[in-house]
Amino acid sequence: MASPEIPATDLAASPDGPSLPQSVAITGIAGNLGRKLAKLLHMETRIIGIDRRPFREKPKDLEHHQLDIRKNRVEEVFRHGRVEAIAHLGLMHDPRVRFSEAHSFNVVGTQKLLDLAARHGVRKVVLLSSANVYGPLPGNPNFLPEETPLLGAARFPNVRDLVEVDMYVQSFMWKCPQVETVILRPVNIVGPTVKNAPSNYLRLKRPLTVLGFDPMVQLVHEEDVCRAVAIALRLGVRGVYNVTGPGEVPLSAVLAELGREPIPVPHLVVRALARRLFEARLSAYPPGEIDYIQYLCAVDGSRFARDTGWTPRYSLRETIRSVLSSS
Amino acid sequence: MAGVGDEIKQRLQRWTLELGGPGMRERLEKLTPPRNEYGVDPYGFDVDFLQAATAPLLWLYRKYFRVEPHGLERVPNEGRVLLVANHSGQLPFDAAMVEVACLADKDPPRAVRALVDRWVPTLPFVSTFFARCGQVVGTPENCRRLLAADEALLVFPEGTRGLNKPFAERYQLKEFGQGFMRLALESEAPIVPVAVVGAEEQAPAFLDLQPLARLFAFPHFPITPTGLPLPLPVRYRIWFGEPMRFTGSPDDEDPVLESKVARVRAAVASLLARGLEERRHLFW
Repeated sequence: MASPEIPATDLAASPDGPSLPQSVAITGIAGNLGRKLAKLLHMETRIIGIDRRPFREKPKDLEHHQLDIRKNRVEEVFRHGRVEAIAHLGLMHDPRVRFSEAHSFNVVGTQKLLDLAARHGVRKVVLLSSANVYGPLPGNPNFLPEETPLLGAARFPNVRDLVEVDMYVQSFMWKCPQVETVILRPVNIVGPTVKNAPSNYLRLKRPLTVLGFDPMVQLVHEEDVCRAVAIALRLGVRGVYNVTGPGEVPLSAVLAELGREPIPVPHLVVRALARRLFEARLSAYPPGEIDYIQYLCAVDGSRFARDTGWTPRYSLRETIRSVLSSS
Repeated sequence: MAGVGDEIKQRLQRWTLELGGPGMRERLEKLTPPRNEYGVDPYGFDVDFLQAATAPLLWLYRKYFRVEPHGLERVPNEGRVLLVANHSGQLPFDAAMVEVACLADKDPPRAVRALVDRWVPTLPFVSTFFARCGQVVGTPENCRRLLAADEALLVFPEGTRGLNKPFAERYQLKEFGQGFMRLALESEAPIVPVAVVGAEEQAPAFLDLQPLARLFAFPHFPITPTGLPLPLPVRYRIWFGEPMRFTGSPDDEDPVLESKVARVRAAVASLLARGLEERRHLFW
């Protein structure tokens, strides 16, 4: 499916820069990325948190609703036009959660959220999708543009939710043009607090690699991603955007920078090994993840940079090393 | 492990400089592709690696195939360009030799990027080796992007049809694909026709065993007297033609494009004819 080509307003044109909405609802706010985003924004706009998890160490001035986004009670939060924008971060990626539960939470949750947005006059929706929706296919060009079909689930079923949510939000763009909708597809997010698959992989002392394969990888720092979401929340930005970090680097160079001792496994046996380890709960990586350390899934982030002036603040080395300072 | 790897790399680099002869180091220093703090460009091209990896290929170039390049000055020193060559010899040594010619015998040298098949990224070691040497998967997106960045691309419009043709059909150009012409028109890149003489005889194929090819998912399975990986020590001659410029729309009808493609094919054919005429002997 082609991404809608909606010209973004020229942000540089207005002297003060385009403004943030008066209030932003953040789903998944209790997660590490959600907290970072709330911290970044709460001085500038009113933040409303929605998460079924409790928000530990919540700032006093911050409004939090401990709710499952599929529940009808969420509508209370939206009544009387209290929510001007939504940052939808609350997707579940953990492969160890039962598949049907994660699927319902992600897909039904997104559908309910967009329905509320349309009915309650929300002006802006930002979805934090992922560059993984394109999938690491051997024949991939080196830099995938936003128009690339989302084939990530072809070889790795756990990405299916993400692909479905991304597509659902794309169709919402057309159905509800009055809501400014942005889909961000960042590359692998790493950082001191994130606990996603790529960060955890890079924290392994002796990670598995595929013998003879060394794909170029793209990483982006968690704080840079939060800044990208903040930019996307500004009024005037809309469309589908890849979000890239400070550059491309071979996986081997990342592991060398972190002082890791990789264990190379021949590609003919690595998937069987990964499956055994996953089934025995010795590793958190389903065998489908192997594609990401074997083949290329790098994206072209120039559109977001051109339309919004986006640049990451963390250098390549700082971004790689950020997984070390785990807090 | 890293220590051993570095040692080998340095030795290979020294070998490259030795084989390259006087001035090789200075020439190679003129190669300055963009690179980040980890020594690679966004495609994974690593000049240091290339210098090391070139050594065995340069040995083939100087000592084994004893390549004679003609008209290297016709390859522009800078700016986007498509080198369009005939393809032959069962294994793509012709691509390597064209690239080495542009590195070792051209001043200033040019890092030419060849386009590899879509199944190459599934091969261990080979995929990494090619990427570090600056080769990319030949998707139209990659080609557009590289030409827009003013790079030199090497294309074989015959594809494996040319590479794996039987010995009886040597030096008969197969049909050219049209993709390269669309790219040239779109990016307004000049085309340098290239003829490789000699590679046809390096591994004469008497048979193409299609059933085995299907079994291994290879495009072809040729049977040669030496066995595949060992080419005969034929002498290569590489002829570079005058750059050709084309204008028009890349979206023109096929017949319009075909006539332009035919002109490039004719240019390669006439270079081949000249090369064959001037060749005194197959092996020296």
